[in-house]
Parts: sequence; structure tokens; C-alpha cells
Amino acid sequence: MTDDAVFRALADPSRRALLDRLFATNGLTLGELCAGLDMTRQAVTKHLALLEEANLVTCRRQGREKLHFLNPVPINQIAERWIGKFERPSLAALSHLKRTLEGEGDD
Amino acid sequence: MTSSSDKGSTYVYVTYIRTTPERLWSALTDPEQMKRYWFGMHCESDWTTGSPWRLLFSDGRVADAGQIVEADPPRKLVIRWRNEFKPELKDEGFSRCTMELEPNQGAVKLTITHQHDAPQSKLISQVSGGWPQVLSNLKSLLETGEPALVRT
Repeated sequence: MTDDAVFRALADPSRRALLDRLFATNGLTLGELCAGLDMTRQAVTKHLALLEEANLVTCRRQGREKLHFLNPVPINQIAERWIGKFERPSLAALSHLKRTLEGEGDD
Repeated sequence: MTSSSDKGSTYVYVTYIRTTPERLWSALTDPEQMKRYWFGMHCESDWTTGSPWRLLFSDGRVADAGQIVEADPPRKLVIRWRNEFKPELKDEGFSRCTMELEPNQGAVKLTITHQHDAPQSKLISQVSGGWPQVLSNLKSLLETGEPALVRT
């Protein structure tokens, strides 16, 4: 729940890859999260536990399935800690420019 | 950034706020408090099961409207929620927003689940940009007395 837990959770590329997956497709089961990843189910479970502890991933039961959702609220809070009230629009424009120039296109 | 197609569109937001469930419920239902963390917007409803619900822009225009499906203060609020000002979003019909408040070690865990049966709901994708900021602001307002961001 603390910022430390969030930074620790984000410090690992495998955990960031799991967040990327949930960002692309929210609400995945453990099996769906593991599919096509170069990680064992056990490793994914361990990473998910750390992400849940940091409140970056939250789980919901839907029938017999346990679905994982990306929770962006802690990241937003960290951003707001250092981004001033009036900077957000210009930062969004800069980030858009960078993505366009680097060929990743718009989101 | 939507959920898998067979499950509709769902986003779940969780934040822990150092407050009481009663104070949080009041912040979620009182128009004057709402305006301070929802960037000038506020809801109108008498917050009882079955009553109408509206989300208004600061100039009074209706952004979204619907109905209270379930109100169980200070634990659970379910809103039937439809966009009212963008035809392509209004056409999607109703979404469902569930707010759950659970005491958690001296804080309250607030979980907001916003769902739509449509697999690629534009409404859900639009509100998804707003919820993290609204929730960060709400947390900051309740914990420090000031919202984190004031949009001009």
C-alpha cells in the first residue's frame, strides 16, 4: 500500500510485463496471463502476489474464475506527487510527441 | 485497455483512504464535497435504492444519468449509469458502477468496479481515464483536507 511497495513492484521487468498485459487486456485469469509468456506459472503467481501487495493488481471472482485487473490509482498518486497542477497537459503533449516520433503511434 | 471480449468491459479501481466508512460515504454522496474532488462535477440523487441519479458538469449540463440499483450506507452503492451528452456513448446503453467500502486496518478500502456488457465499451474506456484522478483527489481531500489536483 505504500509508495515503497509500488516502486519495488515496478522495479522488475517481468512484473512490468504482466502489467503491460493487463493494460492491453484487463481482467485475465492466471492461465491467460501465463499464456505465451516465458515464465513458469509459479513465477507468475509470485509476481502477482507482489503486484497485489502494492495494490497495482486487484482480483475479482467471476463465477469460478479469478480475474486480475490493473489498478492504476497508486501510479496516478505517485505521478501527482511530482507533477504540478498545470503541467499535465504539456506533459501529455510531450509524451504524445515522443511516441509519434519514435514510431509507436498514438494510444 | 479493455477486458477480454467474452467478459464485457470491466475496470476495477482500488484505493485505501485513512478515514471512516461514514466519512467516505458522505464524500461520495454529498454534492459540495464531490465538487472539490470531481473537478467541479457533482452527482444528484437521494441515494436510496431505485431513485434517479445524475452526474452534472459544473455548468449544470447533464453528463451521465441513471438510477441507484442498490444503496447500503456506508458499505455499498450500485449505480446504473449511462452517458447523456455524447450520442455514440449514449447508444451503448447502461453500464454498472459498484462502489464498495470496507474498513481495513484503520483505513477504508474503496473499490470501484465499472462494467459494461459490451466487450469494447467506449463509455468504460472514457471513464477509465477519469477514475484514477478522481480517486487520488478524493483520497487527498479526505486525508489532508485539500484535493491533489484542481483542474482549471
